[in-house]
Amino acid sequence: MMPSLLILIPLFVIMAINLPKHTGRRLAFYLALTLFAAQMVLAVFHQKFFVTSEAAGIDRFFRVDLSIDYLGVAALVCMGLVSMSSLFVSRYMPLDEPERFKFTNLLVIMSIGMCGIVMARDIFSLYVFLEITAITSFILIAFKKDIYGLEGAFKYLMLSAIATIFMLLSIAAILLVSKDTSFVSISEALKTSAGQPVIIAAIAVFLCGLFIKGGIFPFHGWLPDAYASSPAPVSVLLAGIVTKVAGVYTIIRVTMLFGSTAALNNVLLSLGALSVLVGAFAALGQDNFKRMLAYSSISQVGYIVLGIGAGTPLGIFAAIFHFFNHAMFKSLLFVNGAALEKETGTVSMSKMGGLSQAMPVTGWTSVVGMLSAAGIPPLAGFWSKLLIIVALWQAGRYAYAGIAVFAGVVTLGYLLTMQRKVFFGKLAAGMDGVKEAGFGIVMPSIILASIVVLTGLLFPFLLQSFAIPIKEMLTH
Amino acid sequence: MVLLVTMTLAAIWTVMGRSLLKATIGLAVTSAVLSIIIFRLGSPLAAVFELSVCTGLITVVFVSTISLTKPLTHKDITEMSRKRHKRFIYLPVILALTAFLIIRSGAPKGLIMSMGESVHNVAEVLWDMRQLDMFGQVILIIAGALGVVVLFAEGKNGAK
Repeated sequence: MMPSLLILIPLFVIMAINLPKHTGRRLAFYLALTLFAAQMVLAVFHQKFFVTSEAAGIDRFFRVDLSIDYLGVAALVCMGLVSMSSLFVSRYMPLDEPERFKFTNLLVIMSIGMCGIVMARDIFSLYVFLEITAITSFILIAFKKDIYGLEGAFKYLMLSAIATIFMLLSIAAILLVSKDTSFVSISEALKTSAGQPVIIAAIAVFLCGLFIKGGIFPFHGWLPDAYASSPAPVSVLLAGIVTKVAGVYTIIRVTMLFGSTAALNNVLLSLGALSVLVGAFAALGQDNFKRMLAYSSISQVGYIVLGIGAGTPLGIFAAIFHFFNHAMFKSLLFVNGAALEKETGTVSMSKMGGLSQAMPVTGWTSVVGMLSAAGIPPLAGFWSKLLIIVALWQAGRYAYAGIAVFAGVVTLGYLLTMQRKVFFGKLAAGMDGVKEAGFGIVMPSIILASIVVLTGLLFPFLLQSFAIPIKEMLTH
Repeated sequence: MVLLVTMTLAAIWTVMGRSLLKATIGLAVTSAVLSIIIFRLGSPLAAVFELSVCTGLITVVFVSTISLTKPLTHKDITEMSRKRHKRFIYLPVILALTAFLIIRSGAPKGLIMSMGESVHNVAEVLWDMRQLDMFGQVILIIAGALGVVVLFAEGKNGAK
């Protein structure tokens, strides 16, 4: 089986659920669930399933340049888990059956886009799949068709269009020196032309486009509105995987492609530090649960960018590990947010209070997510943040390591405030009838919380299984 | 040079146009001039695509969509006219800065330009070399169509 099946199978699923009208609608949820589970299995065992030699099987007929490496495996596993969580959450949202069906279709199309981003080895193909993800994200953000959703979607669309222009301009400039748009040719060409002002400008402009996609300060303007105003399952998707694959994963990939220079590392470190601080302080003053988590996402993505900016194999591994951990604990917190929104009818934290008794599973899983986000041992977030700080220290970036530690304290501050306001204390007025959310929301939160705990506890095994292959991948 | 200046002026007219319809016409003019430039640069087929799709089809789609929108009231038009020029205050600054940077950097020196494979057959480029991108375009069209269905479908009580 070939990597291209990961983008062909979702297309067959789209046809399978749309062509037979009634049967397809009934089976859409289960087919999509099976698809995401299969994607994860294929990704984890890709070396057994996928032939990597050129022009083999389907790839001879469908001549494409797709491949999976350890970085791709991490992204594909995150995609599978977050997509399944989002699908479960969508079952318990106030959507009618046709709307749920359309949501499932959009989710599967988005998975094609994200799989393409992860596996593409050509910069123009990468751009095309980024656009697929952007278009489906825009539609999903505006899904409720209320004024806030449309505003958030419009902001996202406008900034995404600017990112598109940046990327196309950059590709055009790179084509001056590269014979085609494949990563191999670009890498060869940059060995001789990397010092040219036109090429430096092209790389900078391309990265600006990715910073917009990833919601990194100061390109984050669309993110809080998009996260806060989109429906709950869409917020899970955006925060858990979309901005990470479209923004951060692609930054890691192009940094490996363009080469990690001192100037590039300085830019990444500066923007990463600013994102970490601005996101953390902005989250402090929020009353809207989802908006608070949106600013928290900006801050956490800043940590990933700091790891990349360290410029060492340890830094890159730490960035990838935090990429995975953030996908898990942030999705968990947004799933908790979906449960709260559904049961209380509000996202305002000041109107909530004392909900730990009424919603024990949501309460406990949010504690797990909160502690991991704040970097408390032995949860997963602690290890990835620690590795980022160690990588920065080893690279001689002491100030940035200090900023990362300081922002961790601020992170603990706003997340503890969130816990206290929402779950601790006396039950707030008007919350008497609140009960635990349905199985469809509780189950993904339990699974995600278990992953966060197990990842933390099994960290030494992960270090052995992933860090060394990633280090080898980076140094060769 | 004449064509580039014409295209730039048409693009500025598009962006600063007072009405959507005039902006659409400006966009059509910009695309038409661009297709002439592409033709003169030796890519006749790309020029044909640009002319037929961007100048023709896209303009028709835009005009059709504009015809479905509610026209602005006289009060709205007056209010927008008053405020609109403030929105373009950054445009001459950005244009001047870009022109300064381009003139200052001059022609790239020492750039080792690579000549890729010369392929004249569009079918070979689209279906052989860029198959994955063609697949991506198909998915984009499906996503766009689904987006129109999702965002413009009527609700249960006929509400849009």
